Amino acid sequence: MTKAVNESLPTSAVTEKIKLSLTKRHRSEMMFKSTGLAAVVLGFILVFVLLFDITSKALPAFHQHWVQLEVDFSEDNLRYSEGISLEDLRYRSTLRKAIANQFPDVKSRRDKRKLYGLYSTNAEFAIKDFLIANPNTLDTIQNIWVRVDDDVDIYLKETTSLGEPLVRVDVKEAQWIKSLVETGRIDKRFNIEFFTSSDSREPELAGVRGALTGTMLTMLVTLALSFPLGVAAALYLEEFAPKNKWTDMIEVNINNLAAVPSIIFGLLGLAVIINIFGLPRSAPLVGGIVLTLMTLPTIIIASRASIKAVPPSIREAATGLGASKIQTTFSHVLPMAMPGILTGTIIGMAQALGETAPLLMIGMVAFIVDVPASITDASTVMPVQIFLWADSPERGFLAKTSAAILVLLGFLFLMNASAAYLRRRFESK
Amino acid sequence: MTTANLVFIVMLIALASYWLGIQRSIKVAGGKQQVKHLVSLPSQYGLLTAFWCGIPAILFLLLWSAIESSVIDAFLIDQVILSADGQVQQNMGLVVNNVKLLAEKITLSEDLSAATELQLQNAQFYILLNEKATLLKTLLTLVIAVGCVSSILAKIKHSFHARNNLERIVSGLLFTCSGIALLTTIGIVMSVLFESIAFFSQVPVTEFLFGTQWSPQIAMRADQVGGSGAFGAIPLFVGTILISTIAMCLAIPVGLMIAIYLSQYATKRIRSIAKPMLEVLAGVPTVVYGFFAALTVAPIIRDFGLLIDLPIAAESALAAGLVMGVMIIPFVSSLSEDAMTAVPVALKEGSLGMGATQSETVKKVILPAAIPGIVGAILLAVSRAIGETMIVVMAAGLAANLTFNPIESVTTVTVQIVSLLKGDQEFDSAKTLAAFALGMMLFITTLALNIAALKIVRKYREQYD
Amino acid sequence: MVDIISAKSLGSNDIKIEGAVGEPFCDDAKMSMRNVDVFYGDNQAIHDISFDLEKNQVTALIGPSGCGKSTFLRCLNRMNDLIPICNVKGSLQLDGEEIYGKQMDPVLLRARVGMVFQKPNPFPKSIYENVAYGPKIHGLATDKAELDEIVETSLIKAGLFNEVKDRLDSPGTGLSGGQQQRLCIARTIAVSPEVILMDEPASALDPIATAVIEELIHELKEKYTIAIVTHSMQQAARVSQKTAYFHLGQLVEMGDTKQIFTNPSHELTENYISGRFG
Repeated sequence: MTKAVNESLPTSAVTEKIKLSLTKRHRSEMMFKSTGLAAVVLGFILVFVLLFDITSKALPAFHQHWVQLEVDFSEDNLRYSEGISLEDLRYRSTLRKAIANQFPDVKSRRDKRKLYGLYSTNAEFAIKDFLIANPNTLDTIQNIWVRVDDDVDIYLKETTSLGEPLVRVDVKEAQWIKSLVETGRIDKRFNIEFFTSSDSREPELAGVRGALTGTMLTMLVTLALSFPLGVAAALYLEEFAPKNKWTDMIEVNINNLAAVPSIIFGLLGLAVIINIFGLPRSAPLVGGIVLTLMTLPTIIIASRASIKAVPPSIREAATGLGASKIQTTFSHVLPMAMPGILTGTIIGMAQALGETAPLLMIGMVAFIVDVPASITDASTVMPVQIFLWADSPERGFLAKTSAAILVLLGFLFLMNASAAYLRRRFESK
Repeated sequence: MTTANLVFIVMLIALASYWLGIQRSIKVAGGKQQVKHLVSLPSQYGLLTAFWCGIPAILFLLLWSAIESSVIDAFLIDQVILSADGQVQQNMGLVVNNVKLLAEKITLSEDLSAATELQLQNAQFYILLNEKATLLKTLLTLVIAVGCVSSILAKIKHSFHARNNLERIVSGLLFTCSGIALLTTIGIVMSVLFESIAFFSQVPVTEFLFGTQWSPQIAMRADQVGGSGAFGAIPLFVGTILISTIAMCLAIPVGLMIAIYLSQYATKRIRSIAKPMLEVLAGVPTVVYGFFAALTVAPIIRDFGLLIDLPIAAESALAAGLVMGVMIIPFVSSLSEDAMTAVPVALKEGSLGMGATQSETVKKVILPAAIPGIVGAILLAVSRAIGETMIVVMAAGLAANLTFNPIESVTTVTVQIVSLLKGDQEFDSAKTLAAFALGMMLFITTLALNIAALKIVRKYREQYD
Repeated sequence: MVDIISAKSLGSNDIKIEGAVGEPFCDDAKMSMRNVDVFYGDNQAIHDISFDLEKNQVTALIGPSGCGKSTFLRCLNRMNDLIPICNVKGSLQLDGEEIYGKQMDPVLLRARVGMVFQKPNPFPKSIYENVAYGPKIHGLATDKAELDEIVETSLIKAGLFNEVKDRLDSPGTGLSGGQQQRLCIARTIAVSPEVILMDEPASALDPIATAVIEELIHELKEKYTIAIVTHSMQQAARVSQKTAYFHLGQLVEMGDTKQIFTNPSHELTENYISGRFG
C-alpha cells in the first residue's frame, strides 16, 4: 500500500475518497462563511446600538418643562420706592412668595426649601428680566413661565405614574409636581435655549452655543492654516522636490506623523506653542494650530494623491506653450487636482472636528460661560464640552451630553457627505 | 497693538503694495498700452511687491513673539533683584509670577489691597516694560514692511525680471511649507525630550522604568509623607497593555473576519452597505466612544457581574478595552482587506481550480500570502490602541493598580498624561514633567510600531508589484 | 471587443457560420457539451457550441484572441462561477453527469477536472507543500509516507522530480518559469483528476521550456483527458489529436488535428491556419 495512491487506485476510487470528506468540508465552509457574515452583522449591530443609545439618551434634552408662576410685582413685595433701580429689587423673596402662594399648605421651613428647589435657580433672574423688560407691569400680578429644576424635568420625562417618587424626587415633591401638572401649570416646550445659551453649572440652563462658537473659531484657524500649508507642501513634494535624501526624509516623516497619537500633539502645543511662543492658553488660536499640525499629514497625503492623478500630458502641454513650472502648476495642475484636495481637506477637518485629547492639554477644558468673540479668547469646543458634561455628576447633563454628541455627529455627517459628494462628482468626470 | 492685529495690518499693507507694484510697473512701462514691453506681467510685479512686503514683516513678528517673553522676563528678574537690594531670592519663578499676576490685576483694575508696595512697584515696571515692547514691535514691523516695499518699488524697471524673482520666492515658500512636517517632528522630539531630561534629573530613570508604585499627586505638597511622590510607571505600562490587549482581542478577529467576508464572499450590494457602516464606526469621534464606554457599556458589564456574583469595578479595564476594540475594528478590517485584495487572483484561482473550497483557499493560500500586510495592519492598530486617549480617560480609572485582571480598574499612560496636565501646570514640578516623560515613552513606542509596520507593508507590496 | 472589431474589419463576418463542420462528436466522450451559450451580463461571449472531448486524447482549442476559447475552457470546471455576472446555458456533461446540475458539487468537479493556468501560479510555499496542497485538502493521504509518495510520483510524472528532489523545502516561487509551470502541472495531477484543462500553458515560457511541457502533455494523455487552449497553431499540431477552431464565440470546425491542418473544410479555418488573420 506504500505504492502511490494515484498509481494503484483508479481515478473513480479517488473520487469516492474525496466524496467522503465533502460533507465535512462543506460544513466547515458554511461555518467560515457564516462567521464572516456574523462579523459584518456585528458591525451593523454595534453601529446601531451606538447610535440608538445616544439618540435615545439625547431626545429628552430637546424638550424642557416650564412652570407657570403667578408673580405679584407689588411695590411692597419688591421693596420698591421711587429712585431705586429695577436691578436692585427683592426678586428672590418675591419669587418665593409666588411659589408659596401656589402651595398654601406648605408651612415648615424644610418643606418650603424643598419646594423652592423644584424651580430652576434661574427663575429669580427670569422674573427680574421680565420686569426690567416690562417696567409698566410694576404693581401688577403677572403669569410668568419659568424653567423647572433639572431633577423635576427628568422626573416629568421619565415617570410613568405621576405622584409616585422616582430617583431624586421624593413622595412630597412628587405630589406637588402632580398638583402643578393637574392645574395645567406645567408646559413642555422645545428647548431652543440648548442652542442659544452657553455652558452652565445648572443642567437645565446649559447650552452649546459657547462650544459651537469655539469649534467654529478653532476650525476656521485650522482651515486657514492647514489648507494652504498642506497644498503647498503637497505641491512641492509632488512637482518640485528633487529625488534626494531630504525629500525621502520628509516623506517618511509625514507618514509617521500621520500615525502619532493625537495627545502627543497636545504636549507639543503645551511645551512649544504656549510655553515658548507665549500664545494664550485655552484659545481657539492655539487649538487651531495644534489641530493643523495634526491634520496636515492627512491633507498632504490626500493632496499628493490627487496631484499625482493629474495626467502628465496637461503639464507637457502647458510647458510646451512656454509656461514656467510655477505657472503650469498653479494655473493647470492645481485646478485639476482641486476636487481631490478639497475632499482630503474635508476629511482632515472632520478628524480635527472630533478631536479632544490634544485640546485638553492646551487648556481648552476650562469651564467657560462666555461666548468667545475672537480667536484669542478662552473657549472650549464641542468634543471637549461633551467630555466635560459627561464628567458632570448631575443626571440632567446625561441628556445634554448625548444631545451635544448628536449635534457633533450631525456636523461630521454633513462634512463626510459633502466629501463623498465631491469625490463622486470628481470620479464621474 | 496685539500680534494678531499687526499681522492683519501687515496683510493690508501687502494688499496695498500689490496694487502699488502694478501701478508702478505700468508707469515704468509708460502707460497701459506699453505694458507688453515689460519683461514680466504687471500682476507679477504686484505679487512680488506684496511678497516682499509681507514675508519679512511676518517673519520678524514671529521671531519677536518667540523671544519677547523671555527677554522681558530677564529684565523683570533684574529689576526684582535690584528692588530687593541685590538679594537673589529663592523661588525666583514664583516671585516673578506673582508680579505678573499683580500686573494683570492692575490692568483689569481689580482689588490690589493684598499687594505690598514693592510688588506694586515691580508690577508697574512690568507693565511699562510690556508697553515699551509692544510699541517697539509695532514700529519695527511697520518700518520693515514699508521699507521693503519702497526698496522693491524702486527696483522695478523695464528689464527687472519680476517673474523669475517671484518664482524663486514661491518655490522657496513651497519648500518651507513642506518642511513644516519635519519641524513638527523636531518640535515633538524637543518638547518631550527636554522636559523628560528635566524630569529624570529629579526622578531616576530606573525608578521610572521599573518602579511599581505610581502616585504623582503626592508630589504636589512637600510637607506630606512621601513628599517626593512615586513615579514607577510599570502599573501604567501594564494597564495600557491590558486595555490594548482586550481591544485587540475584539478588533483582530472581528476586523479580520469582516475583511475576509467583504473581500472574498460579499456581493457588491453587501459591500456597498457594509463599507459606509465601517466608515461610520471609523468616523465617530473618540470622545463619543468614551461616553458610550463610561455610561453604557461599563454599567452593563457591572450589572452583568452582579448577576453572576462577580464584583466588577465601575471603571473596569474590560469596558474601556471592548469599546476601544470597536473603535479599532474598521481600522483592522480596511487595512487587512487591502492586504488581501493585493494577493494576486492567480493564486486564488490556482487553489479553487484544484477543488479547494473558498474557506480552504482563504486559510491556506490567501491569508498566508497576505500575512505581512495583515501584521503591518495589526501593528498600526496596536499603535493606535496604545495612543488612544479619550476612551480610557472617560472609562478607565485613575488609580494605578498593578494587575492583569480585566475586571479591575487600571490606568494607562495616556490617562495619566491628561490627568497630570489637565489642571494648572508647574513646569518645575516632577508631577508636570512626568507627563512629558510618559509622552516620550508613548512617542517612542508608537513610532517604533509605525516604522516597523510601514516597513513590513512596503516590503510586502514590493513582493507583488 | 477590440479583437472582434479587428476580425470584422478583415471581412470575415461575410462568411456565415452555420453549425460546426467536421466531426465534433465521438463515441468515447469524456466530456460532452451541447448548445452552450455563455453570457457576461448582457454580452454573449459563446454562441451555441456543441462538441465532445474524447477520452485519453488531447483536444486543442484554437482561434484568434477574443474568440472565447478561454472562457469556454473555464466553463468546463466552473471556474466562471467566480465571476458573478457570468451566466452559462446549455448542457455540459462529465461522464454523463451534468456539470451545472444541482447534483454536481463544484469542489468535487474541480478535483476531477483540474486546471493549469496561463501564467505559472505556484503558491508562496515550498515545492513539497505546493504538490501536497491538493491531496491534503482532499484528504487523499492517510499518513506522511503516503503523502510523500503522492508528491514524489506527481513530480516524477510532471518531469520535475530530478531537478528539485534535493530542494523540496525551498519555495516554489524560486523555480524558473518552465519549472514553475511543471510544478503547477504536478500540483494538478497530484489529486488524480480525470480531465486536465490547460489555458495556454506555455505562452509565458521560452521555447525550450515549451518543448518540455509539450513533451509532458504528450505523456500525460495516456492517463488523462486533456483540453488545451493555445495561441500557437504549431503547438496545437504537435500536441493534439483533435482540434476545435473557435471564431467570435462560435465553433467553426472540429476534427482530427491532421485533417484540420492539412485539409480544413471551412473557409474561416483555412484563412486562420494559413495566417491570413489571428
